[in-house]
Amino acid sequence: MSSNNLRAKAMGWGLLALVRMLTGAQARWYGCPPKAEQRIYFANHQSHADLVMIWAALPEELRSITRPIAAKDYWTKSDFKRWITTAVFNAVYVERERKEGEDPLQPLIEALEHGDSLIIFPEGTRGHAEEPQPFKAGLYNLAQRFPHVVLVPAWIDNIQRVMPKGEVVPVPILCSVTFGEPVQLREGEDRKEFLERARQAVIALRDV
Amino acid sequence: MNRFLRSLTATEQVAALFIIVFGILTIASVTAFLLSLRQRGAARDERWHAELKNFRRLLSTSWFMVVVFWIGWAAGPAVANILFALISFFALREFITLSPTRRGDHRSLVLAFFIVLPIQFWLVATRHFDLFTVFIPVYVFLAIPVVSAFSGDTQRFLERNAKLQWGIVVCVYGLSHVPALMLLEFRDYEGKGAFLVFFLVLVVQACMLLQHLLTRHLERKASIPAISSSFNWYSWLLGMVLGSFVGAVLSFITPFRTWQAVIMAFVACVAGSMGHLVMKALKRDRGVTAWGQRGISVTGANGLLDRVDALCFAAPIFFHSVRWYSGA
Repeated sequence: MSSNNLRAKAMGWGLLALVRMLTGAQARWYGCPPKAEQRIYFANHQSHADLVMIWAALPEELRSITRPIAAKDYWTKSDFKRWITTAVFNAVYVERERKEGEDPLQPLIEALEHGDSLIIFPEGTRGHAEEPQPFKAGLYNLAQRFPHVVLVPAWIDNIQRVMPKGEVVPVPILCSVTFGEPVQLREGEDRKEFLERARQAVIALRDV
Repeated sequence: MNRFLRSLTATEQVAALFIIVFGILTIASVTAFLLSLRQRGAARDERWHAELKNFRRLLSTSWFMVVVFWIGWAAGPAVANILFALISFFALREFITLSPTRRGDHRSLVLAFFIVLPIQFWLVATRHFDLFTVFIPVYVFLAIPVVSAFSGDTQRFLERNAKLQWGIVVCVYGLSHVPALMLLEFRDYEGKGAFLVFFLVLVVQACMLLQHLLTRHLERKASIPAISSSFNWYSWLLGMVLGSFVGAVLSFITPFRTWQAVIMAFVACVAGSMGHLVMKALKRDRGVTAWGQRGISVTGANGLLDRVDALCFAAPIFFHSVRWYSGA
């Protein structure tokens, strides 16, 4: 094992310990068991820590094959940010600004073709409302293109209380990630209908 | 037997006590295991099944507590302190999780978890007992609303602060008195603080357990049905009497005379059982039956507050009674 690899491992353990200490990082599997099949986990987005939360809640053997999405402009700004997203999280970079003639989903498509699982937040930005904002089209496009990939809704609970916007010190509050029953794209279902159904599947997990 | 025990050093006596307790627990666990094997053959009724499950849960709680105390004692007061600081941290985490806070409380929460809690346990470790007893009720109580006021959020201001202060008192102030007991110094009783902790925990646990069994078998009408479907004054009183009796039996491990031990045990039992009742009322108000994430445990850190709530209330009252009335 190279020293960089070792450092990434240590960083990963450190982060896991920190997240568990602060939030408990509980996974509640309701609609499906934790299973090593190709999946897209899609969840509500309320905090910077959401990604780390799902990552920490997954069992170790799934963590290594599941890749989160990171905004390229922000997470490649410094060497440290770049290192932590690539070496520790093995993240997929996406462009937030849409450029001419480029599909923003391209990196996700490549990762899925490669056989990886993904963690995505279809709201795009963080919401402050009680309920998640309407989902963006990406989830629908991926579902269409990769019908064999299992779409698992997830609800992240309480994490916005750990570190509200504008604060730097997190406080310990128990959080959980509830994983629900997989959603499938129905025959002839249109985009709007599917996205709303997927959103409802996420919201429904709040009260499980 | 008694003479033999007295001839041992303090350390050897504590060790002997732990060996006895571990022995009793092992026998109980083996019995429970054998019982669970037997029932597979014969089809027993549901009630028996539930009873055994309940018993095993109580056993696992007892194992957990005894192992914690044993580690605390074996590794010395410093480690015991850290251990109780951690328990206090996790208990407060559970408490705050179920008492919704607002954004404006964030700084107060940071203060509670990362400043108040470590200072309180540091005061215990360094035996600053005079400051230790007033630090939270005087200084922190005034500091918390000040920090909350800085956030500029006035909505339900009193309620929010009261919640946080209450959490700190139960989870930090209450629990920090357990390691403090270990460090109390009596004349002719050096190095035996672990016995006092043991006395407190054993008496309170025994009283809670007896009360639980009594309510089950006597089946009296609930006295405060809005809070507990089982609590009634008759079995409560019996529990207190039996708890005090356990205290009398254990008086040989304490610096007290028998009658003093009975009074101390009675005080601890009343404080513990009333505390348990208060925490039940809080849980009822939040609409849950157990602390932690809706009672569903995955990480194992959950429901800690359910196990230590009686101790949170009994420890400070016991500590101050011991200190003031015995001049330690």
